[in-house]
Amino acid sequence: MNTALILMSSWAEKIANIFKSVTVSDYADAFLATMGITLISTVIAYLFGIPLGVLLYGTSEEKMFPNRLINKILGIIVNVFRSIPFIILLVMIQPVAKLIVGKTIGNAAFVFYLTVAAIPFIARMIETSLHEVDKGIIEAAQSMGAGNFKIICKVLIPEAKPSLLLGAAIVFATILGYTPMAYLIAGDGLGALAIQYGLYRFNPTVMYISSILLIILVQIMQEAFGFLARKTDRRISK
Amino acid sequence: MTNEIIRIENLNKTFLAKDKKIVALNNINLSIRRGEIFGIIGLSGAGKSTLVRCINYLEEPTEGSVIFEEKNLGKLKKKELLKARRSMAMIFQNFNLLSQRNALQNVCFPMEIAGVPKAEAKKRAEELLNVVGLSDRMTSYPSQMSGGQKQRVAIARALSTNPSVLLCDEATSALDPNTTAQILELLKKINQELGITIVIITHEMKVIESICNRVAVIDDSHIVELGEVKDVFLHPKSKIARQLIFPHGDAASQKFESGKRSLRLVFDGTTAFEPVISQLTLECRAMVNIVAANTKTVHGKPVGQMVIQLPSDRDAVNRIMVYLIDKGIKFEEVTEA
Ligand SMILES: Nc1ncnc2c1ncn2[C@@H]1O[C@H](COP(=O)(O)OP(=O)(O)O)[C@@H](O)[C@H]1O
Ligand SMILES: [Mg+2]
Repeated sequence: MNTALILMSSWAEKIANIFKSVTVSDYADAFLATMGITLISTVIAYLFGIPLGVLLYGTSEEKMFPNRLINKILGIIVNVFRSIPFIILLVMIQPVAKLIVGKTIGNAAFVFYLTVAAIPFIARMIETSLHEVDKGIIEAAQSMGAGNFKIICKVLIPEAKPSLLLGAAIVFATILGYTPMAYLIAGDGLGALAIQYGLYRFNPTVMYISSILLIILVQIMQEAFGFLARKTDRRISK
Repeated sequence: MTNEIIRIENLNKTFLAKDKKIVALNNINLSIRRGEIFGIIGLSGAGKSTLVRCINYLEEPTEGSVIFEEKNLGKLKKKELLKARRSMAMIFQNFNLLSQRNALQNVCFPMEIAGVPKAEAKKRAEELLNVVGLSDRMTSYPSQMSGGQKQRVAIARALSTNPSVLLCDEATSALDPNTTAQILELLKKINQELGITIVIITHEMKVIESICNRVAVIDDSHIVELGEVKDVFLHPKSKIARQLIFPHGDAASQKFESGKRSLRLVFDGTTAFEPVISQLTLECRAMVNIVAANTKTVHGKPVGQMVIQLPSDRDAVNRIMVYLIDKGIKFEEVTEA
């Protein structure tokens, strides 16, 4: 009977712990942190990834400004950065983070690491989408006297838009997948919450709830971008 | 203003593919007159597209020059070249419309590039879509239009910057015969009413016959024949021209091998085809076999050619020849296909 009581009280304690340790507002904070970190990294990474992707595309054979050397060099840089595991890259570029963000840990530094890791990935996604644009359409624009800049802005990107939007959903999900690493450098978010409570404090409920929230976030973004891509694609006649 | 709008001098184009050279154009000399419809015909791979792309410098010639409205395109600065290109619009086999823009926005596109104010561009685009007969499809997207409609949009788009030349690279090759005829009619109207010089690239003789004034036959990167359409059509000098005029030449050449003699009859517009053959059969008391025929109405006159196989009876052959001479129909013995 005594043992039963102890058992019961320990269960009660455990259950109480779950609610005491992580409140709804904790989840909300973590959700917002993850969302913020992912969105900001994605946006900044796109700012650099788009020009890099366009350059990779434009310098490739038979494109607007073919240049085998530049294409090769850029390709190698992108591949190198893409093949370094994130956690190692993070350690490697800490000095740069110190220089640019002022810190090597915390959310801001983490955004920096994520951005650096995402740029080459985004560049490749963009390059692939641009390659889908019909060569003939570019030739037509050239025959109208459009220069490269106008072709990029008015032909390539608008024509590749549906593919670029679908790519953005993949990019978002991929970056989101790296956010739990924030835990390692004292950052916040759902992933950090899951690791902290689920892994180190043996509280699987927190882990499950955090994970479900992450899944919901990915789903929402996937659906939103997919919807936008379909909705705005004029090749689909309605 | 001279009579000449485009002059091509000693033009060569060589492509470097991997480690071997591909000669796409070899010593091309050509003069295209202002206001004419000039045809360039040849089989696939002859170099037609390369030639037309050299005309507007989408492809830089390896050697030689292209002179457009007295400007040597090879000597222009990048900016000036882009500007010159606006005077040389181009349409394509695959239309190459922007898939994410509707008809109106597609027609506005070249004007956007040229910096025409938006409202003005829209007004002109509407007018042009009217001209090509698409006033009811302004807001349709390419995916919602037929091939013929898409080519009409492409033509309206090409006209938007007031070009003096319209280059057409296989513009009707993806269209059915009916639609082809309509598009050719439209091109003819544009040529006559707007005075735009048209250069038509095709592998189909019927396109040349129906609207071109002059034609260049290109084969294996050379120009092998050049002249008035009627002359080339009636007296093809090159093997390739004969082949293009008789698209079923293969069948004919098989029959020639049987050892029988054949004649090529030329109808130059003074006599019609059918009565001649039926009368010939009656009057000469001889059966002839029509091996190949390509008879058309060019500029309202019945012209064409027919290859007939002669009977083995020598007397009958003589009667046939006498009959043909009597009727004033030109003929020649065919020894090769
Ligand atoms: N960019 C290119 N690189 C290499 N070879 C080419 C290129 N463009 C055309 N060619 C070659 O030049 C020749 C002529 O091609 P093209 O002008 O397209 O012929 P056509 O339009 O008469 O069918 C072909 O042998 C083709 O393979
Ligand atoms: Mg071609």
